[in-house]
Amino acid sequence: MSKIHVNATVNGDAVEFLCEPDEVLLDVLRDRLNLTGAKEGCGTGDCGACSVTLNGRLVASCLVLGAEVEGSAIETVEGIGTADALHPLQRHLLDHAALQCGICTPGIIVAAKALLAENPDPSEEEVRFWLAGNLCRCTGYDKIIRAVLSAAAEMRGDSA
Amino acid sequence: MKQDFKVLGTRPIRPDGLDKVTGKAMFGADKSVTGMLHARVLRSPHAHAEIVSIDTSKAEALAGVKAVITGDDFEDVDNRWTRYTMQNCMAQGRALYDGHAVAAVAAVSKKVAAEALALIEVTYKPLPHVTDVDEAMAPDAPVLHEGVKGRNLGDDVSGNTVGYYSFGHGDPETGFAEADEVIERTFKTAAVHQGYIEPQACLADLGADGRGELWCCTQGHYEVRRICAEILHMDASQLRVTASEIGGGFGGKTTVFIEPVALKLSQKAGRPVKLVMSREEVFRATGPTMSASMDVKIGMAKDGRITGAHARLRYQGGAFPYQMVMLGAMSAFAAYDLEHVQAEGWDVMTNRPKMISYRAPGAPMAVYAVESVVDELCQKLGLDPLDVRIMNAAREGSKSSYGPTFKAIGLVEALEAAKAHPHYSAPLAPNTGRGVSCGFWFNFGGQVSVSMAINADGTVNLIEGNPDIGGSRASISMMAAEALGIEFDRVRTIVGDTASVGFSDVTDGSRVTFAVGIATINAAKAAIKEMCKRAAMIWEIDEESVEWIDGAAHAVGHNAGTLPPMTLAEIAATSGKTGGPIAGHHEGAPDKAGVSFGVHLVDVEVDPETGFTAIKRYTAFQDVGKAIHPAYVEGQIQGGAVQGIGWALNEEYIYGEDGRLQNPGFLDYRIPVASDLPMIEPVIIEVPNPGHPYGVRGCGETAIVPPLAAVSNGVARAIGARLYALPMSPPKILKAL
Amino acid sequence: MARVVIFGSLRAFTGGEGEMEIEAATTRELLKKLAARHPALAETIEAGVSLAIDGEVFKEAWFTPIGPEAEVVVMPLMVGG
Ligand code: FES
Ligand code: FES
Repeated sequence: MSKIHVNATVNGDAVEFLCEPDEVLLDVLRDRLNLTGAKEGCGTGDCGACSVTLNGRLVASCLVLGAEVEGSAIETVEGIGTADALHPLQRHLLDHAALQCGICTPGIIVAAKALLAENPDPSEEEVRFWLAGNLCRCTGYDKIIRAVLSAAAEMRGDSA
Repeated sequence: MKQDFKVLGTRPIRPDGLDKVTGKAMFGADKSVTGMLHARVLRSPHAHAEIVSIDTSKAEALAGVKAVITGDDFEDVDNRWTRYTMQNCMAQGRALYDGHAVAAVAAVSKKVAAEALALIEVTYKPLPHVTDVDEAMAPDAPVLHEGVKGRNLGDDVSGNTVGYYSFGHGDPETGFAEADEVIERTFKTAAVHQGYIEPQACLADLGADGRGELWCCTQGHYEVRRICAEILHMDASQLRVTASEIGGGFGGKTTVFIEPVALKLSQKAGRPVKLVMSREEVFRATGPTMSASMDVKIGMAKDGRITGAHARLRYQGGAFPYQMVMLGAMSAFAAYDLEHVQAEGWDVMTNRPKMISYRAPGAPMAVYAVESVVDELCQKLGLDPLDVRIMNAAREGSKSSYGPTFKAIGLVEALEAAKAHPHYSAPLAPNTGRGVSCGFWFNFGGQVSVSMAINADGTVNLIEGNPDIGGSRASISMMAAEALGIEFDRVRTIVGDTASVGFSDVTDGSRVTFAVGIATINAAKAAIKEMCKRAAMIWEIDEESVEWIDGAAHAVGHNAGTLPPMTLAEIAATSGKTGGPIAGHHEGAPDKAGVSFGVHLVDVEVDPETGFTAIKRYTAFQDVGKAIHPAYVEGQIQGGAVQGIGWALNEEYIYGEDGRLQNPGFLDYRIPVASDLPMIEPVIIEVPNPGHPYGVRGCGETAIVPPLAAVSNGVARAIGARLYALPMSPPKILKAL
Repeated sequence: MARVVIFGSLRAFTGGEGEMEIEAATTRELLKKLAARHPALAETIEAGVSLAIDGEVFKEAWFTPIGPEAEVVVMPLMVGG
């Protein structure tokens, strides 16, 4: 079977790649585009470590085919902030010591950013349910939830 | 002991944090090199089978396949423990559990490797299997390996029983005779997996010149080097192992599952080989913890005094000999000061994946059984569960149930903090029960090497040999800064590869902050001594007249006050002219790691219609000696507590009659998710460890111990009926109702 | 002389003897004398034991000093997670 030619944008940059018809977006990002920020924790849509957004919609990139993203805009953790211009979510996760091993962190950042785009003022419960698809084995979630809530407050301009 | 800390106890941002929030950090599966092949492993679908033959010819003939290996490619090794590890990585002659590796392929792409696997023809002859611990111990059970039965065991148990341990003092029967109430119960707990989110992954390159490079996610790259060098019959010096960032371990990454396979494939193909496990492989073929079957009998006087206690623990640890029940038997009654106590344990093999440590290995299940019986006695005698624990608590000077006499410990402090906490007196909602449990872990020291360089610009580099699994680079930098008397951000700590710093034991037993910390302090002392010497030379005074205070050399004695202090940066700046680079290093094997106790309080709500449980409030008290970085200590306590909650309520290895694992995925093996939980409030207690200059005990493991019984005791009080098995899934709770 | 306590199941290798006095300046000397006195224990000592000296646990340190009045508890080797 021959490969499929795809055009898309990743973090605002135009990309062009060839992929197998059955190759998932996660593998395309990691193996073909050298963007290893999205992680594979399960490959079956259960852990959220591979979270990216596709045209603004939060997806598990292990469940999306590379061939499907023709013409789409993809955002990964690498596009969210840089070392000298961190996104508030990234900064608050650091300030709250909300990462231990950090393998879940890229997925959490991508997912939480998608949440705040939809709901800038979520309750604790809303954050917990939104992030229920992002497994973290190290932290017990406590500090992650607090970090997301305080990042949201900062982004709203609350003086919290 | 030092008390007035400048850096310790603050909460600086970890040095690896930036890379981790921007996606730059390199984990096991994130590294690739040119010319790299992709590997896949073929695994047994049988619980126990003779491997009659393996035909790899079709796979080898497939275009793009560069190497195929089976158990025959591995030569025997002398050390029997290494042999078990090798045969766990690749079966030889027999497949011993569902998921046991039988062959592996390296090919130009993942796709070709997967196609090649399907072309390997294995002929199996199924053999009788056993996956339950009590069945495996019965004298007529199918035996996994002959000749490994424990030396001190008789004919009443099968050859799968590889070890027997007993601890205690006094005579429990005498104690039971003094009791007003005696309760004896049998408990079962399921095997659970560490559940790290990063599957095992490695990149191996073993050239024809015999030199090897290995990149992998591990808790101990020196241990990986030792095992792999033995299995590959190479000199340790020729194999350089680099630890990647590690995406969780919790004990599960203290041994190897794929590294020898990747190295062998690389050797055969003459190319670098990347091998990454799928989640299904992680569940089927890496080590979960033991499952257990346990009897606990405790006698109590009317006033709450425990008069006698006896536990019998039977653990199954999978397909190879292992030693672990001992730690359960030692932990079972550690929280109590008892006159008559005995804990016995049996380690048993079954047709399941070889167990490996999981946070406080062996302790959670034993403590669950003990703390459940203590709770039941409190209910029966109408006593307050915290008062009873305070009355019986082990304290400084108590002869522990496992032998040594305790030095300063913080159990009573933790219990009293729990009693005084508003959580304990808060009113309870309907259908909600409040559970209490103690927990305990030893903490270990072990071998360690640290190398510290003072740079000419006044900054400091530190190399340690323990992978950073929970922010240890930050804690180590903090201790270096504290010892040197400089600012935290002047120090950069990295984890060196096996060729760049001396040997260090695996990151286990909560030992890193303790042991690496001691080595760091000693390395700093060596550097300080040299800096004082340089200052003395510049000042033209005796070395003895120079003291290091707050990051600078000070003239003391009769020169005191005559010379302005010389800072670390000033001494470093001229080091090229005063005798060359300044450094300090330390190699050692510190012991005296202090034990750590915890007490957890939980409110559990049970829906009487569905049996569904909800954790409504959770508070965890723990003595950590000294919290170097309080936020990381809190994180360890919270993470451990939630893993324990998962163990209590959801997590379980489920085996069918056919001996096959039925739930090898996160969908059916359900670890706690954010919406399952409330905030977990950590309460740090600091009773300094007399064996550490800063009082550190180690804090990573204790927190997984109390939740099992705390949650179970909460459920018992919520529904008025007690469960004696974990996990307490809704159907099981409904049945108990 | 140090008081040596053989703990728990290790007593199976000392014919049930649980306590003894041994004159030794270091752990290595103590373990050598112990193995000589109880040959059945030698294999276990060779494989590794943990020692609690006056309540502090040591893994495998040969040259740890032992005071004349010390209590030394001999236990199976402990490994962690
Ligand atoms: S890797 Fe995609 S959800 Fe787990
Ligand atoms: S920080 Fe390790 S999985 Fe979340």
